Amino acid sequence: MQWEVVIGLEIHAQLATKSKIFSGSSTAFGAEPNTQANAVDLGLPGVLPVMNKQALNMAIKFGTAINAEIGKTSVFDRKNYFYPDLPKGYQTTQLALPIVGRGSVDIELEDGTTKTIGVTRAHLEEDAGKSLHEDFHGSTGVDLNRAGTPLIEIVSEPDMRSTKEAVAYMRKIHSIVTYIGICDGNMQEGSFRCDANVSVRPKGQQEFGTRAELKNINSFRFVERAIDIEIERQIDVIEGGGEVAQETRLYDSNKNETRSMRSKENAMDYRYFPDPDLLPIVVTDDEVEAIRKTLPELPDAKKVRFIEEFKLGSDDAGILTASLELADYFETVSTESGDSKLAANWVISELTGRLNRENLDIKTSPVSAKQLAGLLARIKDNTISGKIAKEVFDTMWSEGGDADSIIESKGLKQITDMGALEAMVDKVIADNPNQVEQFKAGKEKLMGFFVGQIMKQTQGKANPGQINQLLKKKLSE
Amino acid sequence: MEKKDIEQIANLARLGINEKDIPEYVTNLTNILALVEEMNTVNTDDVTPMAHPTDAVQRLREDVVTETNQREHFQKIAPQVEDGLYLVPQVIE
Repeated sequence: MQWEVVIGLEIHAQLATKSKIFSGSSTAFGAEPNTQANAVDLGLPGVLPVMNKQALNMAIKFGTAINAEIGKTSVFDRKNYFYPDLPKGYQTTQLALPIVGRGSVDIELEDGTTKTIGVTRAHLEEDAGKSLHEDFHGSTGVDLNRAGTPLIEIVSEPDMRSTKEAVAYMRKIHSIVTYIGICDGNMQEGSFRCDANVSVRPKGQQEFGTRAELKNINSFRFVERAIDIEIERQIDVIEGGGEVAQETRLYDSNKNETRSMRSKENAMDYRYFPDPDLLPIVVTDDEVEAIRKTLPELPDAKKVRFIEEFKLGSDDAGILTASLELADYFETVSTESGDSKLAANWVISELTGRLNRENLDIKTSPVSAKQLAGLLARIKDNTISGKIAKEVFDTMWSEGGDADSIIESKGLKQITDMGALEAMVDKVIADNPNQVEQFKAGKEKLMGFFVGQIMKQTQGKANPGQINQLLKKKLSE
Repeated sequence: MEKKDIEQIANLARLGINEKDIPEYVTNLTNILALVEEMNTVNTDDVTPMAHPTDAVQRLREDVVTETNQREHFQKIAPQVEDGLYLVPQVIE
């Protein structure tokens, strides 16, 4: 049987505010446990929440970035459940009237075509604290610093039909929230996380199969693995004559398996109702338009511009615009070096390759855009060859410094003195009469041998183009 | 409204209730639901639903950190703390 996969994602993005959504506690990551949890965050009796204006504006900004309807009146609801990381006994969230309504984003598929993924809604809510299950002799430790951190939960339509599409969608949302500066996108710290609703159905069937919700996916790699493994499991269940249960499953990245978290019998009954402590939030068209005007160039638009302005291929432009930092980096290198093609090659292969190998990212790159631009400018004006440039790049990476001073101090300048080069070419020809004879007899690939000899003598500092020209001229005499 | 509904509601609210009080809860809650049913018969076609009885709009605060660390103060009333964490009976996922 041919199976079709149906995937919808719920992405939680922590908003990059200084203070919490309903209290004046700090949201800074990494503080000592419970030093950023005040009376409101702890859910002590008698406290009242007061909404953070910046959190609201960031949610609206996201809505405008995905061309969504903005809820002119939005309402906070209580989602009731008991868990120690949420001491109030309910999560303040939005159900019937979210701040962001229907919108959409485009993803690019592997064959180069574009697919539009619907965003059902995005609502404002508060994050919960963290439970630590180890090392407390049978008890659970609770840190409530994260409780009350503002989130938007971005709910997609069940529009994705493969894991690749799900990853592409997740990456696109990640690009958008980081581009517009509403989320730092840090997945290790949990600022950007994802739950996946996964089901399978026989190809051609209209109605959806029963879905399982996968929790706890905190990297792009895991989203792919978790969904793949869940698809396999569901197909096995159905083909074995069983039925997929509607349930929440936890992805365990160590064992690479999903396992059931809560069974159907005690399915959650959240008893949502409007939060009486919070009045409806009303925003005007003028306010929404004012926020829309603050939108920067978004990933899709930047990609189109990069293709046109820098004459890049679609793939390269896609890689370079995936993160704002990388795009800015490339743009500086390109503009300052004056060669966009060379800049794209170096940023994508040399720089990104090296960053990946050393587990760094563009923000922590030891070589700045200006340094790299300086290096590329020396390739472009023939001061050094591409090969020598890699040597200079290595030095720059480990010791710092600008290209000119490294080239100077290491004596790496390309030999451009035609007289000196001619003398070397003459000498190579005189020293290798056999090869010259064979070359003249038609064995043209020996050209490589002659170029190699000269490169060896000059330790790579000769310009290969010039050498080729000179050799051709001399050997045809 | 039956006995098992009362037990379910009490369980969701984490309330311990006495078995002997259940019939009274059944009567009371049934009466409340009957009142709601009666209210549901009122024609509200021209009425815009309100999320809050006060016809007012939420005031917003500026995004400023105003709170300081008062962990010691708050943890004085906690039954059990360790390494700055609140300890609770083990929660198994």
